[in-house]
Amino acid sequence: MNAADAVALSTSGNQTRQEPAPKPLIAISGVEKRFGGGEIRALSDINITINEREFFTLLGPSGCGKTTLLRMIAGFEHPSSGSILLAGKNVLGLPPRARSVNMVFQNYALFPHLTVAQNIAFGMEMLNWAKFEISERVAEVLTLVRLEAYHNRKPAQLSGGQQQRVALARALAPRPQVLLLDEPLSALDMKLRKEMQFELKQLQQETGVTFVLVTHDQEEALAMSDRLAVMSAGRVQQLGTPQEIYGKPVNRFVADFIGEANLISGLLLGRQADVTFSVRPERIELATASAPARLYGILQAATFLGADTLIEVEAGGGIIRARLRGVQMAAPGSEIGLFWPDDAEWELRE
Amino acid sequence: MRLKTTLLLLLPAVGLIFLFMVIPMLISLLYSFMTANVYGGVTMPFTFGAYVQMLFDQDFSGNLTFMPDYLLIMLRSVYLALATTILSLALGFPIAWYIMCQTPARRTLLLTLVTLPFWINTLIRTYCWILLLRDSGLVNGFLQYLGLIDHPLPLLYNQPAILLGLVYTFLPFMVLPIYATLERLDPRLVEAAYDLYASRWRLFQRVIWPLTKPGIAAGTVLVFAPALGSFLQPDMLGGGKQLLIGSLIEMQFTSSRNWPFGSALAMLVTIAVVLALILQSRRRKVMEARA
Repeated sequence: MNAADAVALSTSGNQTRQEPAPKPLIAISGVEKRFGGGEIRALSDINITINEREFFTLLGPSGCGKTTLLRMIAGFEHPSSGSILLAGKNVLGLPPRARSVNMVFQNYALFPHLTVAQNIAFGMEMLNWAKFEISERVAEVLTLVRLEAYHNRKPAQLSGGQQQRVALARALAPRPQVLLLDEPLSALDMKLRKEMQFELKQLQQETGVTFVLVTHDQEEALAMSDRLAVMSAGRVQQLGTPQEIYGKPVNRFVADFIGEANLISGLLLGRQADVTFSVRPERIELATASAPARLYGILQAATFLGADTLIEVEAGGGIIRARLRGVQMAAPGSEIGLFWPDDAEWELRE
Repeated sequence: MRLKTTLLLLLPAVGLIFLFMVIPMLISLLYSFMTANVYGGVTMPFTFGAYVQMLFDQDFSGNLTFMPDYLLIMLRSVYLALATTILSLALGFPIAWYIMCQTPARRTLLLTLVTLPFWINTLIRTYCWILLLRDSGLVNGFLQYLGLIDHPLPLLYNQPAILLGLVYTFLPFMVLPIYATLERLDPRLVEAAYDLYASRWRLFQRVIWPLTKPGIAAGTVLVFAPALGSFLQPDMLGGGKQLLIGSLIEMQFTSSRNWPFGSALAMLVTIAVVLALILQSRRRKVMEARA
């Protein structure tokens, strides 16, 4: 696959949304964070531009530096080198309260001695907004997160999902330019998490505020983000839209971390050198006369999942997993041919 | 069965409190209504004399005239105990905050240092303050050596000296409960406040102070109650010139040999402290109800 193909593919992925040219809001360039006298690098060579009205996600396993980066945007941590611009202004050295950026903390960090309404009013009071403006805005954001009836409750009297919404309302109330969300859904149960994913996305579109989310949950990242950065070991591995990252992972880590991927490597017919490429399980089909096999293998197992059948095929010493659309399977142990379209395979650079 | 076990397990504690707290209190209460024996101890008949004596002077013909001397001593005691509490809070809160900001290892060390004075007898520690503050003491000696003063400063045997001794003695009782509440404070709340544009002062005023109130209340009671009844510091550092209620009570049982009056005064202090406790808990209940 060459560069021209990649460009063609990425534009086709964006064709559905006709948006004006994005305006950069946060520009992170050359950011590094070193600990222990420069021995340990928590972050190295981070270059990310986040646009206005964008839902941006920092995705990665724990310890990859995503939270450190988020806390740098908030002003709780400071890079060892590099710069962070917010709306064109260098914010390095500015304390959190001098940045028009608000954070939704992982455990919400609601003030336990204040009511829901007082929690939400806190930021605006610190900014010395007029009283009537504050009460108007409190009512407004309470409606936004559908907690009107709870304005007089204390955080301890609310469920996890409600506390989450109060934290969102509190951070959104002072009209920040950027809302930072540090694993906001990790404390919620599965069902509530799905609901909140939808709600968060809707809230972001309604308010038009730039959201920067940190998560280790790839499904969450793919579902909500306009663009995301996949991070590992203090570096950005890949930056792009969910479609780009899922369809065209640049390396083994990204291919493995995002969804399931078959990594196939070897010297292939018609190619100059050894290559490694990934094929998503759902893109693989059984070979037919019109779709000649690219690979032959021994069927090891087939799991019937209702709509799909999951098969494991042994080929060249490795296992290939495929998700087939309701197909009648051959018996395990028999040889089968597998086919995938050209655009399903994506070459990885290590 | 479980109730029986519970009662049995509670018995030693209840027994101790009854034997060493309730019975002495009841004896004091009883004595306060009896008549003084000139050789010490108490005799019959029962009388309210001791309580009347607090405010009135009785001449030989039995006429009562108002005498504010004891009332003044009581007011002075309350004033000194309040001043001790306020000073302890003003010093204790920053100390507790400072300790909380340290690394865990340093915290343990500093907390040990705060409690270290308890290992030495209060009498000896108070006597050391005399050695420091007297005219030929360390402080005056040093200042004279530096040539900053010609004559020793009057550092001892006055009210500031008493206050110094009281704050010195009771400060740990303020630091420890405040530290305990500060330690339980979620550091993310501090970050959240800073993130929501709070300055250092607004953070303290709107978040830290309200959340550490229980510790401050506990510290206030723990300092105020013993400061009100103290007699060691006023006696030694005040030189007995500044009579306080604690010293006054002590005198009734020793030199004055007026046990009923001493008992009555002791009851008064007890009632004052209990009232303070009730007020404190009621205030907290009102706050919680509002909360």
